[in-house]
Amino acid sequence: MEERFEYLEHTADAKFRAYGKTIEEAFENAAFAMFNVMIDTDTVVNEVSQEIELNSEDIEALLFNWLSELLFVFEVENLVFGKFIVDRVEQDEVGWHIYAKAVGEEIDLSKHKFDTEVKAATYNDMRIEQISDGWMIQATVDT
Amino acid sequence: MSEENETSVFDVLKKINDNAWEVPVGFKPGMNVPGRIFVSESLLHLLDMGTLDQVANVAILPGIQRYSMAMPDAHLGYGFPIGGVAAFDKHSGIISPGGVGFDINCGVRLIRSNLTEQDVRPKLSGLLDELFEVIPTGVGSKGRLKVSDAELDDIFVHGVQWAVDNGYGVKADIGHCESKGQMSGADPSTVSLRARKRGRPQIGTLGSGNHFLEVQYIDKIYDEEAASAMGLREGQVTFMIHCGSRGAGHQICTDHLQVLAQASKKYGIPLPDKQLACAPAQSKEAQDYFKAMVCAANYAWVNRHVIMHWTREVFERHFAADHGDLGLDLVYDVAHNIAKLEEHKINGKNTEVYVHRKGATRAFPPGHPDLPEDYLVVGQPVLIPGSMGTPSYVLCSTEDSMDISFGSACHGAGRVMSRKHAKKELIGEDIRDELSSRGILVRATQPSLIAEEAPAVYKSSSEVVDVVHDLGIARKVARLLPMGVIKG
Repeated sequence: MEERFEYLEHTADAKFRAYGKTIEEAFENAAFAMFNVMIDTDTVVNEVSQEIELNSEDIEALLFNWLSELLFVFEVENLVFGKFIVDRVEQDEVGWHIYAKAVGEEIDLSKHKFDTEVKAATYNDMRIEQISDGWMIQATVDT
Repeated sequence: MSEENETSVFDVLKKINDNAWEVPVGFKPGMNVPGRIFVSESLLHLLDMGTLDQVANVAILPGIQRYSMAMPDAHLGYGFPIGGVAAFDKHSGIISPGGVGFDINCGVRLIRSNLTEQDVRPKLSGLLDELFEVIPTGVGSKGRLKVSDAELDDIFVHGVQWAVDNGYGVKADIGHCESKGQMSGADPSTVSLRARKRGRPQIGTLGSGNHFLEVQYIDKIYDEEAASAMGLREGQVTFMIHCGSRGAGHQICTDHLQVLAQASKKYGIPLPDKQLACAPAQSKEAQDYFKAMVCAANYAWVNRHVIMHWTREVFERHFAADHGDLGLDLVYDVAHNIAKLEEHKINGKNTEVYVHRKGATRAFPPGHPDLPEDYLVVGQPVLIPGSMGTPSYVLCSTEDSMDISFGSACHGAGRVMSRKHAKKELIGEDIRDELSSRGILVRATQPSLIAEEAPAVYKSSSEVVDVVHDLGIARKVARLLPMGVIKG
């Protein structure tokens, strides 16, 4: 798989497809796609790591939760991320779970050049699908 | 997504009149009412099938009354289209955060002055520099105002009243905010700790995206009587503030959307788009969301109020007079992302409905009990911001607005080009220079943000406003031209 993610046309918001050989990699790339709406994540130094563990009723809710949680930590902890490591996405009898780390650094406005802020993740036209060589995630975020 | 659909909007829509088009029941299975799109034929060419699809999706939700509407500035959103309006019966209907959006009570306010364009022009650059310095803008900016948790509760419940009690703004401002800047029914216990954490440091921050503070002057008056009721006259300088409830509102929507996504399943409500997650209006899940939404709405009014207060201070310093002498009075403040319980006449009967306006402005007619005394005769002011380089408009609502559109009008020009596209096609520095050569100064955290919000990415504000005027929802009162703008 060549591309980690690609943006689709959307008049007001940002819509993307993220790919991965595994569901974990697709979740990582969905996070990259979302953060790259705001900033070139290659400019972020990866020195602080934040553990993220979430539980949700279904896989769509887990994706919504994952993206929402990253935005929450970004804003409240004043951290911007350049790397996402998803260890496991798994399902058991109570629901879906993600065990992950977001890695980055403290926001420094003199150095980090932000474009428009992502306000929130949405459920709009969300798709999580198995494709021939892995997984595809489609999501829209509110900008 | 409407995959390479060959059908055009003209094949689907039925013409009602020059500015109203129907999406027939049956366009999508399960529609309870038709869709109604308020656009002129020329604006219709800018409408895509995705927007039509979203109008139809809303028509599928239980208890919707009369029709699922889209205002002339409508475009693709998530859940509801932007510019979407729908009323749901208080008892048989639903409440959906998808009909409000994440930026709860994003809205606009207009402040007039005694200053003329000639007074301000020579000082404009310094004025904008200081406004940009004083009002936190953009991603990662924190407010200057520190509030405690108890004060945050007060803000959630009392809105603008809290601001005025604490020295931000004056008493006369209160009546000139929609719902007096203090919607009733707030319950802070429905607001999560997470939303509080995001909301606490952000009061008095503009945010980013299409939010702005603009210095303008009035170049044209269309309606002398209404203009005089609003204290507006030709040549006068005004300023306009556009922002919302920041992280507090975003998190409140996020939290309750998760609850309502599960509630939709529990109540067996079929969802054409999961972002339309909802619950029966009187259920605990829906009411809890509504109470939290009211908290965010009141927070947003405080946010705009505090920004107005700081702007007044900057004007006071630059013109060495206090804001009373400068006549910096609040003309009006409107919400454009909100749900409200209102009474409307349906089939000749007064009915209580939850009206959802997502990217749409309330437009209540003359004599409506919710209006302040000074606007009872002329009707509610409707404020329509243009884009960075195009005019904004003040309108006043007419008698017919309730019947035509549940007392609703458009909220802006409406985007036509995506941000991604804009950043690729347009160069922020060029647009800044072009605007500057026309006498419009821009201060922004990033040149790319100017590209994302360039005039070319929006429909013509004049054309959008003409539809509202011609339909008879609201009458044009004044046109405002931009002089300078700050953006996050």
